Amino acid sequence: MSVVFIQSTLQLVAVFAFFMGVLSLAGLLTWVERKQSAVMQDRIGANRAEIFGFRFFGLFHIIADAIKMLTKESFIPAKADKFLYQLAPIISVFFALITFAAIPFGNDLKFGEYVVPLQGLDFNVGLLFIFAMLSIAVYGVILAGFSSQSNFSFLGGLRATSQLLAYEMAMGISIIGLVMCYGSLNLNELVHSQGDYLWGWLPKWGFFLQPLGFIIFLIAGIAESKRVPFDIPEGESEIVGYFVEYSGMRFGLFFLTDFLETILISCLAAVLFFGGWQVPGLFEDGFHFWNGVVWNLPSFVVTIIGVFAFIFKIAFFCWFLMTIRWTLPRFRYDQLMHLGWKILFPLSIANILITGTVILLLS
Amino acid sequence: MATIQVERKKMNLLERIYLPEIIRGFRITTFHFFRNLLFHLFRAFGFKNFKGAVTFQYPEEQRPLSDRLRTRHRLMQREDGSPRCVACMMCETVCPAKCIYIEAAEHPDPNIEKIPASFDIDLGKCVYCGFCVEACPEDAIRMDTKILDIASLTRGGLYYTMEELLHPEQHGAKIEEARNKVLPPK
Repeated sequence: MSVVFIQSTLQLVAVFAFFMGVLSLAGLLTWVERKQSAVMQDRIGANRAEIFGFRFFGLFHIIADAIKMLTKESFIPAKADKFLYQLAPIISVFFALITFAAIPFGNDLKFGEYVVPLQGLDFNVGLLFIFAMLSIAVYGVILAGFSSQSNFSFLGGLRATSQLLAYEMAMGISIIGLVMCYGSLNLNELVHSQGDYLWGWLPKWGFFLQPLGFIIFLIAGIAESKRVPFDIPEGESEIVGYFVEYSGMRFGLFFLTDFLETILISCLAAVLFFGGWQVPGLFEDGFHFWNGVVWNLPSFVVTIIGVFAFIFKIAFFCWFLMTIRWTLPRFRYDQLMHLGWKILFPLSIANILITGTVILLLS
Repeated sequence: MATIQVERKKMNLLERIYLPEIIRGFRITTFHFFRNLLFHLFRAFGFKNFKGAVTFQYPEEQRPLSDRLRTRHRLMQREDGSPRCVACMMCETVCPAKCIYIEAAEHPDPNIEKIPASFDIDLGKCVYCGFCVEACPEDAIRMDTKILDIASLTRGGLYYTMEELLHPEQHGAKIEEARNKVLPPK
């Protein structure tokens, strides 16, 4: 068998494992959301689902939820546009999932003559691809609100449209400063160039080069995932939102999309601003300590450590986003628009100006 | 029209930037998160005096109830087991929900004027105001049984006769019976 064939097969296996990992993490986040909010609020949280008397800290609630969603009647309103109504959750979840294809979750895995890239799609416009797919995912929300033929879900769809439009702008522009610094839209190259060091000790991570860009990106990212400080489209307390007419697993898919987008924002934050799979001090040949001692490791092990570092970064950001979700109250609608158009948008443009000026002065 | 002028505090610059305020809130919730996580961990290793949550796990773990809490009614008994009630109708009269139904009868003892032939309370109507307890001149009705679970699938299951009110210790059996009863077909 040719080397290329084996490499592609191994890459396929690795990418499949990554996708499964992402999906499992999305399921696990439903548990994390319940338990973390409980621990933050001095409660115990859901712990009643049990199998043969075992409760496992309520982990079985994930299974219970899935069974409930799948066995419930999936109701279609009589006046709904049936085709679009059924298409909307699929669009939503599909375009949230496909973005993960471009996320590099590890350095090239090298053993013997084989080189396996740990990334689904390694191409030059990876960053643009992710943002394009994220924008298309909005269609799922809009279609859901529009095709249900319910005033409440229509309102939710409208709110989602204007909110996502406002924050997509700020998010896209906040990234440009980063692209100017590293000079690439290729996510793999972005991560590789974050392995350099400033003044020999500070990792050249996006966060240290673009702190303002990171804050704008994170705020816009939370808005993009439509979770609490920005949950106007869902608005559980007044309009329930664009999925008010959905039930069963179709509703479950929208729910899943929220969590997938949380993971996606965590992945992007890690890849763009926190060095992806880079670990400070870890080079291709092993750990370099500050006093010049080198602990040599095989490149295989270094890559695996990198993958775990990336998983750790994702887990941290998921925890961080959850904490924000359970700390802040929701914005009022005018505050939301004010923040998006009058603060984040000009700030992100100012960020580009400052970055450009600094780059020009340094060169 | 009378208006009240509310003095609103002007926000200073740090508060208007809002990020420092978020970090302040974040600090509180994160502190609670890690403290409770640590306490849960201690409990898991057997240090029971650390409580990471204020939750009572209800059916297994009952909350301590205050002695003043108004709970399911009971009728007091005389030493011979007959009800202390003299069927004066005070409670039935004062009851704002009109959920007490008393039928009076002659008492065999000439020193006692009357005795209730039946004394029913429809808990489906009762508002737990406790007026009946206050109105009673004989201290014959009390609301101190600390029984909270009166739920039933039928209206009849909420209807308590004199026999049931005289023996609150048999409440569990009644609830069990009510739970096992199948709803009548519509």
